[in-house]
Amino acid sequence: MTPATVVSRPNRDKTGGRVRNRRGRSRPPAGMVAAAVAVTLATLVPLGFVITMTVLTGGETAARLIFRPRVGELLFNTVALILLTVPLCIVIGIGAAWLVERTRLPGARFWALVLAAPLAVPAFVNSYAWVSTIPSLSGIGGGTLISVLSYYPLVYISAAAALRRMDPAQEQAAASLGLGRWRTFFRVILPQLWLPITGGALLVGLHLLAEFGAFSMIRFNTFTTAIMEQYRSTFNGAAANMLASVLVGFCLLMLLLESRLRGNARYARLGSGVAGRPEPLPLGRYRLPALAAVTVLALLALGVPLGNVLRWTLAGGAEVWNGPMIVHTLLQTLFFGLAGALVTVLLAFPLAWLAVRYPSWFTRLLEGTNYITSSLPGIVVALAFVTVAINFLRPLYQSVPLVIAAYALLFLPRALVNLRSGLAQVPQELEEASQSLGRSPLATFVKITLRMAAPAAAGGAALVFLGIANELTATLLLSPTGVNTLATRFWILSSQIDYSGAAPYALILILLSLPMTYLLYTQSQKAAGQ
Amino acid sequence: MSPASADTPTPDSHLIIDKVTKSFGDTEVLRGVSLSVHRGITTAIVGPSGSGKTTLLRLIAGFEAPDSGTITLAGERVAGEGRWIPAHRRNVGYVAQDGALFPHLSVGQNIAFGLDKKKFAGRAAVDARVAGLLEMVSLEPGYARRRPDELSGGQQQRVALARALAREPELMLLDEPFSALDAGLRVATRKAVARTLAEAGVTTILVTHDQGEALSFADQVAVMRRGELAQIGNPFVVYTRPSDRETAEFLGDAVILDADLQGSLATCALGGIPVRRPTCQGKVHLMLRPEQIRIVPDGQIKGTVLETDFFGPEITVRLRLHPDGRGSSDLDGETITIRHWNATLAKPGSELSLRVIGEGVAFPA
Repeated sequence: MTPATVVSRPNRDKTGGRVRNRRGRSRPPAGMVAAAVAVTLATLVPLGFVITMTVLTGGETAARLIFRPRVGELLFNTVALILLTVPLCIVIGIGAAWLVERTRLPGARFWALVLAAPLAVPAFVNSYAWVSTIPSLSGIGGGTLISVLSYYPLVYISAAAALRRMDPAQEQAAASLGLGRWRTFFRVILPQLWLPITGGALLVGLHLLAEFGAFSMIRFNTFTTAIMEQYRSTFNGAAANMLASVLVGFCLLMLLLESRLRGNARYARLGSGVAGRPEPLPLGRYRLPALAAVTVLALLALGVPLGNVLRWTLAGGAEVWNGPMIVHTLLQTLFFGLAGALVTVLLAFPLAWLAVRYPSWFTRLLEGTNYITSSLPGIVVALAFVTVAINFLRPLYQSVPLVIAAYALLFLPRALVNLRSGLAQVPQELEEASQSLGRSPLATFVKITLRMAAPAAAGGAALVFLGIANELTATLLLSPTGVNTLATRFWILSSQIDYSGAAPYALILILLSLPMTYLLYTQSQKAAGQ
Repeated sequence: MSPASADTPTPDSHLIIDKVTKSFGDTEVLRGVSLSVHRGITTAIVGPSGSGKTTLLRLIAGFEAPDSGTITLAGERVAGEGRWIPAHRRNVGYVAQDGALFPHLSVGQNIAFGLDKKKFAGRAAVDARVAGLLEMVSLEPGYARRRPDELSGGQQQRVALARALAREPELMLLDEPFSALDAGLRVATRKAVARTLAEAGVTTILVTHDQGEALSFADQVAVMRRGELAQIGNPFVVYTRPSDRETAEFLGDAVILDADLQGSLATCALGGIPVRRPTCQGKVHLMLRPEQIRIVPDGQIKGTVLETDFFGPEITVRLRLHPDGRGSSDLDGETITIRHWNATLAKPGSELSLRVIGEGVAFPA
């Protein structure tokens, strides 16, 4: 799992009040509502599955399966992992963002990009790099190390964006009120980073719950790895389902916690005028330590995985470049990625359209439901889809449409967030202008609305593609036999300790991800609180 | 002046709106609006925000349908009584508040967006037409290649106007098109737009909340309030002889005094003031515009300056009037606010002589 939903849930303040009020009172087209409701209901399948399974299992059996030492161990591992990793990610992410955005760090623009780049390295590739360097790496220590290095960019990118668009006048005001640099940081800057902190913490937490490959490789057991193990050995037994329901409980708890902590505060700039660029802070004698810190971070998070992937690629020589297999895997990845991205964007469209043009409690409910259902780990979605397919839709079991559906569910928010901000940039006035110039509503929709939302849709599609290319658990469980994506092929080879053979796949995955990571980074820098 | 003399349709009426109503949910936005607009003239619909003026404009454009009532455009029913012609088939030009230029198209492509492809076949014909339209709004032909975001607000509005003019609409609707511009630019753009539209001979309806803009722009002013048209008439008449006190105070500063009206002479703290065609008698509120009250070197009516507010070219003076025939020690005199150009004349505490020019308007007390 990688770049994921760095794009946090949008504030609903984009559409102009005038238009929104007028539109809010008119009725949305029935077809759009039907489509949006259908998509939302479909995304409720995994949650419904977990609840149904827990009820069907019955209290006694469920209790027996949940309250046992094994679950206790998993619980300890998972909680310890979250409690160690999340704070570390926040400290490292905010610290790095502050250094590159607000200080005279030498080469700040270069570091700004380099420190975001680890997002392009899937966590399981990171894990592979570390375990092939230090074979004894395992347990909570190893898990935390790899998690922090893989996921701190989730906090870093949104914190950097927030720091970048924070009005320097506030810092100047603090200075004029007698606050020194440090007190300004803690009393003015840090409180305003609350949204990136809580949002980033949620994302890191959800990734930790969902990650399978990275932890499995270092034999660190969490709920996700345990469910996968159960499923592999007993095939969809009640035990796996009960573990899944505990996992889902964790997810929901985390979402609840975040929404409580986030509160209703908005940290927008008050007043009008153009926000200036702040004067960067001179580091003085801290210059070298700061430079050393970012260098070490970049080396650990980017240098180690890249170096190892290259090392193993070179060690393997020409023979690891098994032409036909690599081409076959690449083509299949492209197929699944593109088809999945297309379907996801299409399914997200009615939801985004309603959310932008007809904001009401109902459209907010539809939209919000999708953020929750898509927060569930891939393993739960996969389990649910397998069960539903076997019991009710047998022909779909291990079929391409089922995998694509799972991808769409998992990555819907990426498309939704992008489409939403894209559509918000097509004000109703433009459509009306087109109609008053003699274009029919359909022609207007195609020539104005779709045309203008196209870049955002493409951006969303790219992020969905990236998610699918790096997806492991749902692909392993759901894809038809014989299907290999870059991620699954890499997984199979590296599980067999064929580090050289796996290296080319890791390399291609990273190369595929880099442009998208760059896109994500620039997008977050531009998008001002959308 | 009857409040709605101009809304009687005549065969020359270009646009006839008849008893139109519109509600959004529980909110009644238009409550039976009737308005008739002659071909070639400029009408300003003015009213406070939330009065329903923009909704009326959107009904004329065809962006919304009325709940009841009819809209007839150039003899053709476009809305009401089961008929509904959508916006793109009405040939009504529309310029929105912020211009609504398509950001993904160049200025030239924006202007050519609505051009009839049959009439303007080929690049050269389109380019020539675009250049002609740019000239109409006083922009160089070179602007055609620019992007909308490279233009100033005023230029964007002029491009939006050129784009709307490209299809040679018979009716042009302007929805507060100058309100987003800063003060200096607003006047210049308003004048340029008015000139262009007058030269093109297009029937124009302007919606605005700015009284000054409405009075200076239009041949006919319609005052809208709470979903109804309170008064329709030419700007001078509406300003000097408003139909009620609310309209009077909305259209500009007003001095309101208690008066006793007998026949056509009202007696008040400012003396006897003539009232044309009074609609009531006895105890009334008399309305005068501040500029009707002049400071004179000598006269019967006096007032004491309470405070002044200096604006540069003029000064507003708040005065307490000395009731007729009584001493200046009386503290119950009415206070009025007037304008004057000479700041040195009016120092707080000083006594001034006043004279009223022209007629007053009487409203029932």
